[in-house]
Amino acid sequence: MITEQTSKYLSNNVQAIQPSGIRRFFDLASSMENVISLGVGEPDFVTPWNVIEASYHSLEQGYTAYTANAGLLELRKEISRYMRRRFGVTYSAEDEMVVTVGASQAIDIALRAVVNPGEEVIVVEPSFVSYAPTVTLAGGVPVPVHTYSKDEFKLQPEQIEAAVTERTKAILLCSPNNPTGTVLSISDLVKIAEVVERHDLLVISDEIYAELTYDEPYTSFPAVRNMRERTILISGFSKAFAMTGWRLGFACGPKDILQAMLKIHQYTMMCAPTMAQHAALEALVNGQKDVVRMKESYRQRRSLVTHALEELGLSCHIPGGAFYVFPSIEKTGLSSEEFAEQLLMKEQVAVVPGSVFGVSGEGHVRCSYATSIQKLEEAMRRIDRFVKTL
Amino acid sequence: MDAKERELLQLIEKSGRLETSTIAKLMGISEEETKQIIEKLENEKVILGYSAIINWTKGTDEGAVTAMIDVKVTPKRGVGFDKVAERIYRFPEVKAVYLMSGVYDLSVSIEGKTMAEVGRFVSEKLSTIDSVISTTTHFILKKYKHDGLVFSENEEDKRIVVSP
Ligand SMILES: Cc1ncc(COP(=O)(O)O)c(C=O)c1O
Repeated sequence: MITEQTSKYLSNNVQAIQPSGIRRFFDLASSMENVISLGVGEPDFVTPWNVIEASYHSLEQGYTAYTANAGLLELRKEISRYMRRRFGVTYSAEDEMVVTVGASQAIDIALRAVVNPGEEVIVVEPSFVSYAPTVTLAGGVPVPVHTYSKDEFKLQPEQIEAAVTERTKAILLCSPNNPTGTVLSISDLVKIAEVVERHDLLVISDEIYAELTYDEPYTSFPAVRNMRERTILISGFSKAFAMTGWRLGFACGPKDILQAMLKIHQYTMMCAPTMAQHAALEALVNGQKDVVRMKESYRQRRSLVTHALEELGLSCHIPGGAFYVFPSIEKTGLSSEEFAEQLLMKEQVAVVPGSVFGVSGEGHVRCSYATSIQKLEEAMRRIDRFVKTL
Repeated sequence: MDAKERELLQLIEKSGRLETSTIAKLMGISEEETKQIIEKLENEKVILGYSAIINWTKGTDEGAVTAMIDVKVTPKRGVGFDKVAERIYRFPEVKAVYLMSGVYDLSVSIEGKTMAEVGRFVSEKLSTIDSVISTTTHFILKKYKHDGLVFSENEEDKRIVVSP
């Protein structure tokens, strides 16, 4: 327990960050029964069987020890082939890649490798809840740039321009975005790249949802002209391969930066779990069919949910990727916290208030459609009933 | 078959109970178009029927015995295996008939209330057909998976209710 007596021992960095707003909702929703949850940020599929099998095999063969710090070379080579094949970006398995404990750890070591105390990192909001706190923990200062539903939550290059100071080190991009599902097109990226180049910024590009885009082919940020040498690409297996619990991700980027990240990884983590690395290898070699199958199912459910929300009068843009919709609840007159809390209490549907993703998320809620069709339909009926009582 | 037809079939193959309106929303097309595609596929006998997959061993003993029977036959001049197969598949007890490669010719699946009932069918109806040379009956002791569906308790959602 933290008492005044002991809190004095805490670091300033950790005291500066708030517990996640998602946490409070989790506690609330977990205490209730019969909840239909649209609050989950992970696939509703279990990991494809061949991948699970590969981890059994790994254990049976006695692979119970550490791997190389950067990850199994075999796996890195396969990641390299995969990234070239799927996204047209080329990284050397030997020195431009680290296998990490989830994309989460990759983000952490990327920030710690580049940020000096007091340096600023631009965070595009609404954003994944971890970005700003991880910047703070790395000793940096997160600088939010807000995006809005009128722009389909797309970052406008002028906004970067306005946020840049002489202390700005990097910008954290996330496309497709959690929570908005917004995908930046190649022309959006080219415009952002111009500003990035002009101000000599580093880009940390979180592309963990890259496989889950529904309308246009995906453009990876380092594939944009001149951007490879200033981009740390973050990805992982959690979302596309339905492997959130396996804790496996990776980072790719220019050698110097990746070697610096590897130093941190090596001293703080040693390596990612070995059986998970073998499983990931199987996922890359034989898993593309499963990715396509799951993605097809998300695409159908995206259509179901956006239609239903539209009929309820909760407008949302059609998100190009990930498995979230981010409807506006402004017309209800409630704050996003109030909306989410009352919806949970009255109708037992869990959604996440937009405000936990940053100030610009206010007026919206995040609904994940990674849930069965039956549950989605029931959830929409309940939300309809709820909105009508307001 | 075009992409929409394929998508619709994949949807109803998994769950034949989906409402037309739900299928329409899932596919992002109108209900009218959905109806048309379904009708077309029914007319073309691509969709042969809509059935439920029932675990009869649960709470009921009806039709609880299933046997797979390997049947060797002498094909008849002019009609080959097809006529023999037809004589067999016309029996209502017969749930499936396949022509096989390998050591026997037809694989016949039979359902009955008891083993005795299935046994009677094999000895009285099936093995007495002219062209049938021999039968080997295998009773199914337990169904683990059938038509892509696992016969066990529903897998529960193991995710926590709210996550990042
Ligand atoms: C944008 C984004 N980045 C990273 C992560 C974390 O992924 P991992 O499970 O690989 O740590 C998430 C998970 O929700 C996410 O939404």
